[in-house]
Amino acid sequence: MHDDEKSVKDSKELTEDRSGVSRRDFLKISTIAAAVPVVAGPKMVMAAGEQVPVHGPGKVPMTFNVNGKSYKATLEPRVTLLDALRDSLDITGAKRVCDKAECGACTVLLDDKAVYACSVLAIEAQGKKITTVEALMEGGKLHPIQQAFVDNDASQCGFCTPGFVVACKAMLDKHPDPTADDLLRELSGNLCRCGTYAGIRGAVAQAARKGA
Amino acid sequence: MPDYQWPDAEHRTLIGKRVARVDSPDKVSGQARYTYDIKRPGMLFGKMLRSPYAHCKVTSVDTSAAEKIPGVKAIEVVQKPGSTIHWAGDEVVAVAAVDEATAEDAIRAIVVKYQKLPHLVSDAEPPEGAGESQGPISMDDLGDMLDNQVPENQIISLIKQYGLSFKPTENDLKEAKEEGVPDAILDAARSAEVHPEAAGKQKSNYQKAASQSQGDVDKAFSEAAAVSEGIYGAPVITHCCMESHGSTSEWIDPDHLFVHMSTQGVSGIAGQMAEPLKIPAANIRVHQDHVGGGFGSKFGPDRWGIATAKLSQKAGGKPVRMMLERDVELQVAGARPSAYAKVKVAAKKDGTLVAWQSRSWGTGGPGGGGMPPIPYCFAAPTQRKEHTAIRNNIGPARAWRAPNHPQAAVLTMSALDDLAAKLNMDPYDFFLKNIELTRLPNVYKEEFPIAAELIGWKEQWHPRGQNISGNIARGVGLSLHTWGGRGHSSDCDLSIHPDGSVDIKMGTQDIGTGTRTCIAVVAADALGLQVKDIKLYIGDTQYPPSGGSGGSTTPGGVSSSTRRAVVDARDALFAKVAPALNAQPDDLEARDGSIRVKNDPSHSISWKEACSKIGATPITTHGHNDQVAAKNKPDLTNSGVGGVQMAAVAVDTETGIVKVTKMVAVQDCGLIIDLRMAESSVMGALIMGISYSLFEEKIMDPTTGRMLNADMEFYRLAGLNDIPELKVHMMTGKGYDERGVIGLGEPPAVSPGAAISNAVANALGVRVGILPLTPDKVLAALNQGSSQKAGA
Repeated sequence: MHDDEKSVKDSKELTEDRSGVSRRDFLKISTIAAAVPVVAGPKMVMAAGEQVPVHGPGKVPMTFNVNGKSYKATLEPRVTLLDALRDSLDITGAKRVCDKAECGACTVLLDDKAVYACSVLAIEAQGKKITTVEALMEGGKLHPIQQAFVDNDASQCGFCTPGFVVACKAMLDKHPDPTADDLLRELSGNLCRCGTYAGIRGAVAQAARKGA
Repeated sequence: MPDYQWPDAEHRTLIGKRVARVDSPDKVSGQARYTYDIKRPGMLFGKMLRSPYAHCKVTSVDTSAAEKIPGVKAIEVVQKPGSTIHWAGDEVVAVAAVDEATAEDAIRAIVVKYQKLPHLVSDAEPPEGAGESQGPISMDDLGDMLDNQVPENQIISLIKQYGLSFKPTENDLKEAKEEGVPDAILDAARSAEVHPEAAGKQKSNYQKAASQSQGDVDKAFSEAAAVSEGIYGAPVITHCCMESHGSTSEWIDPDHLFVHMSTQGVSGIAGQMAEPLKIPAANIRVHQDHVGGGFGSKFGPDRWGIATAKLSQKAGGKPVRMMLERDVELQVAGARPSAYAKVKVAAKKDGTLVAWQSRSWGTGGPGGGGMPPIPYCFAAPTQRKEHTAIRNNIGPARAWRAPNHPQAAVLTMSALDDLAAKLNMDPYDFFLKNIELTRLPNVYKEEFPIAAELIGWKEQWHPRGQNISGNIARGVGLSLHTWGGRGHSSDCDLSIHPDGSVDIKMGTQDIGTGTRTCIAVVAADALGLQVKDIKLYIGDTQYPPSGGSGGSTTPGGVSSSTRRAVVDARDALFAKVAPALNAQPDDLEARDGSIRVKNDPSHSISWKEACSKIGATPITTHGHNDQVAAKNKPDLTNSGVGGVQMAAVAVDTETGIVKVTKMVAVQDCGLIIDLRMAESSVMGALIMGISYSLFEEKIMDPTTGRMLNADMEFYRLAGLNDIPELKVHMMTGKGYDERGVIGLGEPPAVSPGAAISNAVANALGVRVGILPLTPDKVLAALNQGSSQKAGA
C-alpha cells in the first residue's frame, strides 16, 4: 500500500503516534529479540546505514509481560498483539471486532498508554508492560471504573465493554477530572452497537468523582 | 390450583425495581466468555472462499493446490459447480487449517471459475409499470428461496398461491429431502398446481407485492382542505453486531457434535443443523454463555455454521472455529430491507386525516420482500396503496430490530408531519387529533404530555424554519409506534436444594437485554431472596428449551415459565415447612430471607432452616409457558404496546451536519420486571436510532455489485459524542402493570428515524425525505427548497 516515500514516512509517524513505539524503540526491541535464542537467527541487513535484524517469515520466539506475568510464545512476526493475546495466550478480554483500528474493542494498555491491540505487532510489544482488562480487578474486587460501569449499567451485550473500560482507565489516569473535550478525544475511538453510551458517560462521571 | 398471577405492587420485593444486571461484573472484567473467545484443544481455524461477483454461476472448483499446502486439514465445497450465486460474498468453499494464515493461503490457492450474470444492486424507484405479478414458482426460484433461508411458511404459501412451473418427480423430492428440505415444503410442492407454460420465462427484478384500496380515496382527496405529497424512505442498513457470526464445532464421536455458536436462539440451533448433517438433533449439543449482539440477525446456524461442522467431520472431529471477518459480517450477515414511498395524504381543515395514497418500493435482497405496514399506526379511513418488491443482489435480508416498523414509521410519520405543516398545525395537536385512528389511543394520550414535558415541546416548537440563528437551525419532531411482544414458549427446571441454594436451568440466552437478570428477579421475588441467591444455568441445549430472542418475546416467555416453576416450588416448600410453624401452607409467605406466617411475621424461620426440612432430595419443579395458550388466555404475558418519542435537533445550514441535541422516549411495556433493564433497552434503542437516522447505509457499487463500505470506518455507527442528553420514562402502575409482561426490545427502536427526520424538517423548513440525514442530503434539500421558494 505505502510504496512511495511520503506514505512510508506518514505510516511511521502514525506508528509513533498510535502505539508509542518509535523506530528507535523498535530497533531496540528487535535487538532484544535477537539476543534470545531463535529458531532461525534474524538475518542482518543494512538499512539507513545501520545493521538491522530482519525476523521471519517463519516463527520466532517472543516473550511478553502481560498483566505482570511473563509469557513465552513462538509466533510469526506478522502476528498482531491482539491475536497473540487471544489465540496463543488465551487472554480473551480484548475483543476482535473490526481488526483494523476502527472500533476500539481490542484496546489494551502498552506501558500505560491505550492502544489498539489489533494494530500493534506482537513482536513490537515485547519489552513493554501489556495490561488487559483482566488485570484491573484486584483481589477479586472490581476496579472503581469497572464498578462504575456496573452501577451505571454501561454494558448490554458487553462485547465492546472491555475496550471501553480500558480506554476509560487510560483517560482517567491522564485526566482525573475529564472535560467534555477529553471525552471527545479519549473515547471517540471506541464504538458500541447496543447503545450503552449514556451509561458509559455516567460511569466516567462516577469514576472521576471517586478519583479512580 | 396454584396462584401464578403476578403479585400486586405491595407484595413485590424486586419486580419493577431497578435491579443491577447480574452479569455486569463478568462483562466489565473480561471474564464473560463469548463464542469468539472459545479455544478448544487442537482447534483448527476455518475460512471461507467467497464469490467476488454479485450474480453468477459457479462453473468449476479446483481445490487440488490448496489440499497440498501443509497445515490444511479439510476442504468443503459449499456451492458446487452449477450453483447460482445471488450476492457478492456468498459462500463457495470452506477450508480448515492449523492457523488463520494457513487457511488464508489455502483460500488463495483454490481456483473457482464463474460465469458472470447481470446483476442489480440498486433499489431506486422502479420504472412505471415495471412490477410484474408473481407467476408460478420455477425450480430455480424454489432452490433460491431454500438457499436464501426464506421462512418455511412463506415458501409454502407462495407455492399454494402461485403453483409451480414444473412437476417435481419423486426422485427430485427424495433428493430435496436428503438435502434437508422440510417435509411441509415437499408436501406443498407435491400437491401444487403445475403451469408448465410458465417454465423458462425470465423473471423481472420488479414484483408487484401488494395492491390494496379501501373507501373512495379520490373523493376524499378532492374534498380535503389540505393535501400533502412527498417522497420518503430508509435505505438498506446492516446489523453490524460487535461479535461477528460464527461458531466452533467438534465431533465428540462420529455421531455426536458439540457446537459453540454466537446465536439468539440456542434451543433452535440443533434442529436446524440435524438435517444437513444427517444426525438426530438430540446428538447435537449447542452451548453459548454470552453473545456479542444479534439484533435479529442470529437465528440460524447459517451456511457457514453447517460448513464448520462438516470441516470438523472431515478433520477427524477436531474442533474448527470459523468467525466471520468484519467485512464479510457487513456484506452477508444481515441487511435490513429498504423502503421508499411516494405518499399523498389529505386532511380536513381541523386536521382530521381523511386519505392515504402510497406507491412504495424497496428491496429485501434476492427474495424481494414485502410492503411495510403503512399507513403506520394511523388507520386512514380511505386508502390506496401499491408496493413493488425489488429482487436484487444486495445481499440477504434479515430481521432487524422491529422488522419493517422503523421503515413504516419513516414513511408514515414524515408524511403526516408534512401534512400538519400544510395545515399550519403543531404536529403535537395534529397527531393527537387523529389518535382515535390508532389501536392504543388511551396509552398515547397519556404518553404525549409526558414526552412533551420532558423535551419542552411547548417552548421549543415553532412553525417550520423559524428558529434559525446564524447558520444553526433548531427544531423538534415526534413519532409514535406500536409492537406486539407476547412471550414465546419457554420451559425451565427450578430446584430448591436442602442447603438452601436455588438453581434454574433454561435453554434461553441473554443477548444483552438482561434476560438473566429478568429470570433471577422473578425467582428471587417469589422466594423472598436476593438475585445473587439464584444460580442460573442458561445457553445450552441440555437445559429445557426456550424460544429464540426475537420480536420482543423473551421477557414474557422466560418470566412466565420462571413464575410458574417458582410458585410451584415455593408452595411445595411451604407444605414442608408449615408443620414447624404450626400453620397451614396457605398462611405462609416468603419474605426477606425467611418463611413466615402472613399475619404474624414474628412467627418465622430462616430460609436456610426452612430448606433443611426438604429432606434428602431437592424440590424440583418444571415451568412452562405456551405461546399459543398465552395468546388465547393472556395471564402472565400479553401483547400490544405504545410509545411516543420526541427529538430536538440543531442543523448547521452551511455544512449540512445534523446534531441531535436531546431525545426523549415514553414507553409502555405492561408489567416491568426490572426497571433498570427496561430503561437501558430504551436508551439503547434511541442511540441505535440516532445512528441509523444520521449515518447508516449499506452502499453498493453498481458496477461491481459489491458493498463499498464494508468496514467500521465508512459504515459509520454513532459514537459517544453523537449522543445527546436522553430521557426515558417508562409507563407503570394502573392500566399497565395488570396487563402482564410484554417485551421491549423492538418498540423503542421504531420511532427515532421519523422523530429525527421531523425535527430536521421543523428546523429547516424543508423535508430531507430519505434517511440517513447526511450533510449531502441536507444541503441538497436546502438548495431545492430555496430554488422552489425563488420560483414560487
